[in-house]
Amino acid sequence: MSVDQATVRRIAHLARIAVSPEEVPHLQQELNAILSFVEELSEVDVEGVEPMTSVVPMKMVWRADAVTDHAGAEVVVANAPTSEDNFFVVPKVVE
Amino acid sequence: MTDVTRLTLAEARDALAAKKLSAVELTKAHLGAMEKARGLNAYVTETPEQALAMAAASDARIASGAAGPLEGLPIGVKDLYATKGVHTQACSHILDGFKPDYESTVTANLWRDGAVMLGKLNMDEFAMGSSNETSYYGPVASPWLPAGRDGAWAREALKGDKKGLLVPGGSSGGSASAVAAHLCLGATASDTGGSIRQPAAFTGTVGIKPTYGRCSRWGMVAFASSLDQAGPIARTVRDCAIMLRSMAGHDAKDATCIDAPVPDYEASIGRSIKGKKIGIPKEYRIDGMPAEIEKLWADGVAFLKAAGAEIVDISLPHTRTALPAYYIVAPAEASSNLARYDGVRYGLRVPGKDIQSMYENTRRAGFGSEVRRRIMIGAYVLSAGYYDAYYVRAQKIRTLIRQDFEKAYAQGVDAILTPATPSAAFGIGEKGSTDPVEMYLNDVFTVTVNMAGLPGIAVPAGLSADGLPLGLQLIGRPFDEETLFSVASVIEESAGRVALPQPWW
Repeated sequence: MSVDQATVRRIAHLARIAVSPEEVPHLQQELNAILSFVEELSEVDVEGVEPMTSVVPMKMVWRADAVTDHAGAEVVVANAPTSEDNFFVVPKVVE
Repeated sequence: MTDVTRLTLAEARDALAAKKLSAVELTKAHLGAMEKARGLNAYVTETPEQALAMAAASDARIASGAAGPLEGLPIGVKDLYATKGVHTQACSHILDGFKPDYESTVTANLWRDGAVMLGKLNMDEFAMGSSNETSYYGPVASPWLPAGRDGAWAREALKGDKKGLLVPGGSSGGSASAVAAHLCLGATASDTGGSIRQPAAFTGTVGIKPTYGRCSRWGMVAFASSLDQAGPIARTVRDCAIMLRSMAGHDAKDATCIDAPVPDYEASIGRSIKGKKIGIPKEYRIDGMPAEIEKLWADGVAFLKAAGAEIVDISLPHTRTALPAYYIVAPAEASSNLARYDGVRYGLRVPGKDIQSMYENTRRAGFGSEVRRRIMIGAYVLSAGYYDAYYVRAQKIRTLIRQDFEKAYAQGVDAILTPATPSAAFGIGEKGSTDPVEMYLNDVFTVTVNMAGLPGIAVPAGLSADGLPLGLQLIGRPFDEETLFSVASVIEESAGRVALPQPWW
C-alpha cells in the first residue's frame, strides 16, 4: 500500500501537524518508504494467532478510588504557556 | 588518587566506603570533567549545585554509618526522566521550559539509595533515533575517533557541525557518550527498540534493558508504552548490576510494573556458567553481515564454550518480521502518547487563527522531522480502514515473535547470544538523510527483544578493523537478568575490558 498526496494531508490533519504544500511530496516519499518497508508483513501467516495485548503476562491491579497526590491547581498549571486564575487559557472555541 | 573519574562505579563505591575519597571530591572531579567535555554535547543541563549538595549529604551519611548502596556516586540522567524542578524535555523543542513538579520513580529510587545527580543527558528527540542526531539540542559526539583522525582534527570538528566525528548511537547517545568519556560513573537510559544496547555497543560500554515490567515507567516521558523500559549504561557489567538493583522494583504508580523482589544482581557476577545452555539463532546471520561481526560472534561462542557453557543452534523463525512490525506498533503508540503535546498544558505554544491551527502550528514547530514522520505513520496505521491490516496484524506477529523465544526457552536454553549491532559506529551526518529506513536497520538485532518483552544486555567483546568497539548481545528469559549478568561477565572477562579513549576533547 502507498499513500497519495491527499492522504498525506489527511494524515497530517488527523495528527494535528501543519504541513506546507511544499512539504507534501517529500513527506509522501518518506511515508511510502516506511510503508514499503513494512509491506513484507502481509506475507506472514497470522491465521488463528491472537494479537498481543500484554507483553509480559501480568495480573491487572486495582487501587482504591481515592485522591492520591493532588498537588494543587497552581502546580498543575505551573508549566502552561498561558494560564489565568489557575485555568489553562486557549483560543476561543465557541462562537 | 590521580584521576578519580577513571574509577568504575564499584571501585568508587569501595573507595568511598573505605573513606579513601569523599563524595564531594568525587563529584567535583566529575563536574570538572564535564566542563572540559562540553564540546561533546553529552549533557543538555548540568546541575552542579544540586550535585554538590547531594554529595555533601552523602558524606554526612557515610560518616554516620547510614550509607545507601549508591551513596555518593555521581551519575547522569537521560533527559527523558522527570526530575523535580530540573530540565525535563526528552530533548524536544515542544517541551521548552518544562520543569516537572515530580520525580520519576526510577530516579527517586537512585536518590533514595544515595546516588548524586550531575545533570541531564542528551538523547534523540522523544527517544526516536539511533544516532542521537534527532535531538533538538544537536548531535552528541562519541569520544571514540574515526580511523585515521587525531585529537587536533577532532577538536576542530567539535567546534563546527561535528560531521565526520562518530555518533554514540541512540537514542541514549548522551548517556553512552558520557559514560565512555568518564563524565559520570553510570547513567540512566531507556530502550524501546535498542536505545540502551545499541549506544552501549557503539561506545564500548555495557547496557542492559531489563524485562518489561522490571522498572517502573512512571515519570518517564512515554514513547511506546508497551515497549519502553528503563535501564542503566555503565562501564562494566558489575556497575550495571549495581545500578539496576536500585532502579528496579515495584511501583504502585505503574500498573505494568511487577511486584516481585529485586535480586542482588551483583552477586551473579562471576558465578559459574558451566552447563548453561546458550542458543545461537541462525536467523541472526543476516545477508551482508560484515566479516568482523561474524568473527565477533564466533569469539563470543568460543569464550562461553571455554567457560563450560553448552552451545546449541536454535531457530527464531519470525526474526525478520520484528523490525517492520516494530515500525507499526511503536509509531502507533507514539502517535497516541504524543497527542498530549498540544500547546495548552506545558511547553511550546505557537499561536494560530483558531484553536485547531494553534495545535497544528505548535506541533509543526515543536516536533522535529523524525518525530513528525513517526506520528503521521502512527496516525495512518491506526486510522479507519487500516487498523486491522497494519496494527492488529503487527500485534499478531508480535505474538509469533514471543512464541519463537518461548519455544527456545522450553528446550532448556538459558540465554541467547547474538551480535548487538550490524556494524560499528558510523559518522555524524552519514545515515538516514534520504531514506529513514536506513537508520532503522541499526536496531535489527535488538528490536526483537522489546517486541517480546525480554531482558537483553550489550557487552563489549572486541574491536573493529578501524579500532572501534563492537558489542555482543545476550537475551534472557523473562525476569532472569541474573543469568545475563553471569554470562555477560564471562564475555567481559574473556574479551578483556575495553580501553576507553583518553580525553582529546
